[in-house]
Amino acid sequence: MSPLVGQTINLLAAILLMLSFAMISQRRILSLIHLFTAQGVTLVAATLLVGYATHQPHLYISAGITLALKVILIPLLLHRVIARLDVRWDVETLINIPTTMIIGIALVIFAFNLALPISKLSVSIARGTLGIALACVLLSFMMMITRSKAVPQVIGFLSMENGLFFAATSATYGMPMVVELGIALDVLVGILIFGVFMFHIREQFDSLDIRHLEKLKDD
Amino acid sequence: METLLFVLGIPLFGSLVLAFTGQRDIAREINVAFSLATFIATCVLTGEVISGGPIFAWHREFFIDPLNVFLVTLTAFVGLTTAIFSRPYMRIERDHGKMTPTRLRLYHSMYQLFSCTMLVALTTNNLGILWVAMEAATLTTVLLVSVYRTPASLEAAWKYFILCGVGIAQALFGTVLLYMAAEKVVGVDGGALLWTNLAAVKGRLDPGIITLAFAFLFIGYGTKVGLVPMHNWLPDAHAEGPTPVSAVLSGLLLNVAVYALLRCKVLTDGALESNLAGQLMMGFGLLSVVIAAFFLSRQKDVKRMFAYSSIEHMGLITFAFGMGGPIATYAGLLHMTVHSLIKSAIFFAVGHATQKAGTQIMSDIRGLIKVSPTVGWGMMLGSLAILGMPPFGVFASEFLILTTAMREQPWATPFLLLALGVAFAAVFSRVQPMVFGETTVKPLAHPPALLPVFIHLGLGLMLGLYIPPYLDAWYRQAARLMMGA
Amino acid sequence: MTRLGVVSQLLEIGLALLLAPLLSGWINQCRAWLQNKSAPGFLQPYRLLHKLFNKESVVAEHASPLFRSAPYIVFGCMALACAIVPTLSTDLPLSPAADAIALVGLFALARVFISLAAMDIGTSFGTLGARREMLIGFLAEPALLMVLFSASLISKSTSLTTIVETLAHRDMAIYPSLAFAGVAFTMVSLAENARVPVDNPATHLELTMIHEALILEYSGRHLALLEWAASLKLFAYSCTGLALFFPWGVAEAEAPLALLVAMPMLVLKLAIGGALLAFLETLSAKMRIFRVPEFLATAFLLAVIGLLVNILVGA
Repeated sequence: MSPLVGQTINLLAAILLMLSFAMISQRRILSLIHLFTAQGVTLVAATLLVGYATHQPHLYISAGITLALKVILIPLLLHRVIARLDVRWDVETLINIPTTMIIGIALVIFAFNLALPISKLSVSIARGTLGIALACVLLSFMMMITRSKAVPQVIGFLSMENGLFFAATSATYGMPMVVELGIALDVLVGILIFGVFMFHIREQFDSLDIRHLEKLKDD
Repeated sequence: METLLFVLGIPLFGSLVLAFTGQRDIAREINVAFSLATFIATCVLTGEVISGGPIFAWHREFFIDPLNVFLVTLTAFVGLTTAIFSRPYMRIERDHGKMTPTRLRLYHSMYQLFSCTMLVALTTNNLGILWVAMEAATLTTVLLVSVYRTPASLEAAWKYFILCGVGIAQALFGTVLLYMAAEKVVGVDGGALLWTNLAAVKGRLDPGIITLAFAFLFIGYGTKVGLVPMHNWLPDAHAEGPTPVSAVLSGLLLNVAVYALLRCKVLTDGALESNLAGQLMMGFGLLSVVIAAFFLSRQKDVKRMFAYSSIEHMGLITFAFGMGGPIATYAGLLHMTVHSLIKSAIFFAVGHATQKAGTQIMSDIRGLIKVSPTVGWGMMLGSLAILGMPPFGVFASEFLILTTAMREQPWATPFLLLALGVAFAAVFSRVQPMVFGETTVKPLAHPPALLPVFIHLGLGLMLGLYIPPYLDAWYRQAARLMMGA
Repeated sequence: MTRLGVVSQLLEIGLALLLAPLLSGWINQCRAWLQNKSAPGFLQPYRLLHKLFNKESVVAEHASPLFRSAPYIVFGCMALACAIVPTLSTDLPLSPAADAIALVGLFALARVFISLAAMDIGTSFGTLGARREMLIGFLAEPALLMVLFSASLISKSTSLTTIVETLAHRDMAIYPSLAFAGVAFTMVSLAENARVPVDNPATHLELTMIHEALILEYSGRHLALLEWAASLKLFAYSCTGLALFFPWGVAEAEAPLALLVAMPMLVLKLAIGGALLAFLETLSAKMRIFRVPEFLATAFLLAVIGLLVNILVGA
């Protein structure tokens, strides 16, 4: 295996991180979905490459699942949802974007520091990227916190799942097949429930703004 | 092995059947029947484990050992009694127009599926499947919480979904790290996610990775346990869902989350020299007890109040397991059992009370003893039991936890005593007028289904006075297992 | 200092002075094609320079000597910048005089003088332009520095020639940090060279203009020098970008033949780069001035992440 493969995996990881940052700084829902799809494509490429480099056929299957789920099915569903709900407007963030980015940098540094000592212990060829995976997870986490609309929150949730999936690839060569299938099923069911929910929320509140969902409080 | 298939298969099949028939009148009985069948299957399974020792099934992906078998039985039992309680409850809800046939179908089907996911989570040996089952349990309960489709229930369900989804995602990251640590020791094809394999090699796992892994697992499953500060979803989900759902959430799901945490703790303790896991659990457990006690006193909604009481008790249980040691662990297991029985009994009683009063606001519920003496007494006794009054079981377990804390962690005892005192004052001062206050509400025609309440209270009482020897042996064995023996 | 070094140094300055207006013209040409307009032809900048040099230079009554000398200083800075960026060869006698940090300093020096000169007359547009130019500059400079540091982390040197030597003559390797740095560098270049998402070089709309506002009071040969300096700046930036991210084809020391190959390579790379720039400009819309800090902050953060990724993955 040439060092080129390892470097390409690192590059894909870097692209994944860049896409996460792009998502944080993105205001438009439609662009968010595109970015999410791009993230899925990158993930598929990285998984395939790791599978090819290490002759782990089950990674091809998990790449296939990711392709079907996160590149085709979920973006399609999201597109349909936003078309039906007509929510392609700009989303305002709760914290302004440059501040979010600076917090993001802090998160990345934190994640890298956390992952640096343990990634050396990984056996995977993509081990250097564990920190990137963790950073993606934390960034998506932050995106969910800073968005007040339902759809971006869902996309943040899904992109977090992407980060976790990538973590599994970079720390080890993916989880056992049965677990991966289970996770995929959970994600699929989850997104369906999300979709249904959005319509209900819209029906009840005439809006997808999560700020309406702040009635339940301990005064 | 066949019995395990029945234990997991019956609720799954039940969920399928009810997905088609759940809107009919007979569905409520079908629901009870499936829950009963599951319970019988778990009893048989328990018998097999008692006589034959731990069981493995399906390439060791599933296993039954002393720790999980008693939780399996408890889960099936509370599942059964809740199904019995929900039979008249859902009929009344339907008559009030709060449940349409579609919603009833969803409710019944999801109820069985929820039981199934919890049983899978409890019996699986694979930490990955444990995660998948926990996530599935979250998804099914989200649907159950939102079943009324009111703005408040949607909000609660959304919050629950997002918070627990995010939380449990952290647990997945922890699982990945655990897998990575294990893979180095047992190899790629060695079943590196199987708990029994991990437990066998836990001393050789890399401490650095395990520390980080446990931190993530703790955040993840701790969110589902409802530990402060990740507890925000819990009161909302309890208050806005149907009452049977509140009962199973409090009585069962939280237990399963604690169970997941315990499994991870055993591995962490084995891999680390330090008592990191225990300290984390003690710290957050104590924080939950104190914060929840003070929030208790500020609640107006009865279900919210008891939800905070659940947080408090989960904190106490986490604290007990964090202390470790045979007595504290024993007490923790006992507390899990009695809390689950008593809290679900309280929710049954509360369910009837709120249905009669037509509100969940405590100041509008008065004179239950006159409206329906059984509901009133059920609620009063349940509240006294959960507050730790002797002779109920909660007293026994809390007493054990407190005395152990005084001996081993004296710094924590003042906080615990203060919190328990505050909780007592808060709950009692609110329940007392609800039960004995003056009322204008006339007694209602339909008889409440209070058999489950009194069965649970009776069992809670029994555990306070006398623990059957096989149960005692069971707890000891489970405690030994958790001590890493 | 070898004789060949002197030759390549002179060749490089000469080429920069000659080619810079052509690059601007080429970009305008491409942009016109993409937007379905008829272009003035890519020799137009030369005609413009010729016209301006032949015109009388009118200077305001109250102008200080600073106003008069600024165009020469700016032009000098840009020409020097072009001289120290290794485009044709890495054997440049001038290059040890200034490293990557000094290059940023050169750009800053030019910026300070042009801004002071713009305020010198006291017109409101000049002041406005100067203020905006400084706003962009103070955000763009750290980002540019970070980009250059990402590259110098790989070669362990801030000297531009060493960086290019390392990057051009390494084994085929992919550096993820350079991907971040590349994106950040593109964003900074757009801002620094008054290209479309930040400024539009083709308009004189007073509400939005930045660069044009700065040089509004200049005429004749002063203006010609400033226009030329602007093309040189774009040329220098393009060459820096090429040197950092696509350094193949740059000649090493003691290789006269490689110098011959390097020249057409450079022209080819610049042509492609210019076309891409035009494409980018056509795709994007000009953003509000208040969004510019956000844009540049993003560039800065990307560059910082590039550095971090380098430390993480490279370790």
